[in-house]
Amino acid sequence: MALDKPQVVQMLRTMILIREFDERAIQLRVAGKIYGAVHPYVGQEAIAVGVCSNLTVSDRVTSTHRGHGHCIAKGADIRRMMAELFGRVDGYCKGKGGSMHIADFAVGMLGANGIVGGGLPIACGAALAAQLEGKGDVTVCFFGDGAAAEGEFHEALNIASVWKLPIVFVCENNQYAANNAVAVQHPGVDIAAHAGAYHMPGVIVDGNDVLEVHTATGEAVVRARRGDGPSLLECKTYRWHFHAMRNTPPAETRASDEILSWKARDPIARLEQHGLERGVLSAAEIGTIRERVKSDLEAAVAFAEQSPFPDPKDLLVDMFAD
Amino acid sequence: MREISFQKALEEAVAEEMRRDPRVILLATDFTGDPIKEFGPARVRFTPISEAVLTGMGLGAAGSGFRPIVNWRMVTFSFVAMDQIVNQASKIRYMFGGQADFPVTYRCSTGGGIGLAAQHSQSPYSMWMHLAGLKIILPSTPADAKGLLKSAIRDNNPVVSFECSRLATATGPVPDGDHLVPLGVAEVKRAGTDVTIVGLAYYVPEALAVAEELAQEGISIEVVDPRTLVPLDVETLRASVRKTGRVVIVDEAPATCSAASEIAALIAEDPETFRCLKASVRRVCALPVPVPYSPTLERAALPNREDIKAAVYEVLKESLRPL
Repeated sequence: MALDKPQVVQMLRTMILIREFDERAIQLRVAGKIYGAVHPYVGQEAIAVGVCSNLTVSDRVTSTHRGHGHCIAKGADIRRMMAELFGRVDGYCKGKGGSMHIADFAVGMLGANGIVGGGLPIACGAALAAQLEGKGDVTVCFFGDGAAAEGEFHEALNIASVWKLPIVFVCENNQYAANNAVAVQHPGVDIAAHAGAYHMPGVIVDGNDVLEVHTATGEAVVRARRGDGPSLLECKTYRWHFHAMRNTPPAETRASDEILSWKARDPIARLEQHGLERGVLSAAEIGTIRERVKSDLEAAVAFAEQSPFPDPKDLLVDMFAD
Repeated sequence: MREISFQKALEEAVAEEMRRDPRVILLATDFTGDPIKEFGPARVRFTPISEAVLTGMGLGAAGSGFRPIVNWRMVTFSFVAMDQIVNQASKIRYMFGGQADFPVTYRCSTGGGIGLAAQHSQSPYSMWMHLAGLKIILPSTPADAKGLLKSAIRDNNPVVSFECSRLATATGPVPDGDHLVPLGVAEVKRAGTDVTIVGLAYYVPEALAVAEELAQEGISIEVVDPRTLVPLDVETLRASVRKTGRVVIVDEAPATCSAASEIAALIAEDPETFRCLKASVRRVCALPVPVPYSPTLERAALPNREDIKAAVYEVLKESLRPL
């Protein structure tokens, strides 16, 4: 599918921003500037961007513990995201959620979720709301290959299919659930195979090819918008880094040739090459995008560092609505 | 005033709120009455038996502008939705910094005493109280059932409505019109001066029956019904204990880490109330055992009027004894 220049530029910029945001988060964690756990999305950028490029602000998404990419792709502000990683009061959750619970309801980002599979039922509820509203909005539910072993996955696909909910289930199969390879967790390594049992289309795409993800999602979104129900999209990808980092990055246990072969399929390099070959991008423009991302991230870190820590007297605020 | 059943009062509450607000929707594996007839299949959803997805759907729809009522039916079925209750519903507003409200009501029947055995007879409200983030209602009369459930549906937070199975057919007066009972307000169901009985759900009418009997012996019992466990109107409970100086707390959940334990602690740890105590705090609860099937065993497991009376005599006797 041939995208126009502004679309390609926007996709590339967002993918680079997602990657650099998480590389920066790792540096900040190593330096002790931020706290808690970091789950980098590096290597999977084509999925968040390819999927969300089909969505409007009134479409909703649910995310996972590896959620920074989904937030950025859905339009969240990286300054408030960074402030949340820093545990500051200007963060999206006023410092109460941290990396794993960033949400921006104003852009339809219904929250990252620390529980594998936990977002699937919530996404179905958002899709039910969209169905009742009847405005043609859709919900995208991001989850990993690990979640396909959870009961909530099967309950969600079943009810979404029975009720023809306007939802797209997007499995990011990054080959590992925590530190266990997909092949030791599932009898078959194709998560999309479950779609048939629930009478919905199941499509496998190259999750490192943003254009392929964009096109496949587009078809599923159109189907959902016209009331034909859910689809299951499985994006085959790979995370370049560790599962989770709590202080120093954990030792690598995966085979180095496996890592190298996936890095050779870098989704960002592939989009750059595509843009250069089609003549919609120049090397200079790519350089400008990278410079701009760098300065935006500097500004986000500065914003976060300047934001105060929450006042302990506000500890109980936000528990209950009035 | 009309006399209607507890069950009918709950049905009226749902129907009135659905008429009042088109954003109220129902999700359940089954319904009493025929709400689809009035409200249509878009708003009234027969669901697969998938408690986890129903519980989470309630949150997702609530966070997207609707006011879902999810009926787990028996509270014990909700245990297969633990992630959605414990990790999601109770925490979702706080951990997102209050960005959105989640006005979802979870309904369930609760308790034993009707021969349904262990997996269908439990009163686990204290598990939910412990989470910090869910409101909990526990009515004991048809009027409170209606008024509290209507308030729960209008509340902008996740609220769990525990509806006692043994009270379903109990009847009582229910005011006409838009009858609301605010969350977090206990009620003194009977005034008295000698002993406070805090009853929960089924044990409110039981406590009232005991109070009536003991009045013949010249013992004046005050019966207090918290009605809402979160937020708990501890001040009304303490005020009653400060007046009577003696308290018996009655519930059908086992005493260990129970709502009764929490009420006992809140009474005892307030210095002013503690100083008014003339006897130690008593709990009359179920034995710590899965509720058995056989009627003789089930009766032995759950508190009864004799147990309540015995506790009342104990606190009276204890307070006469010199230290």
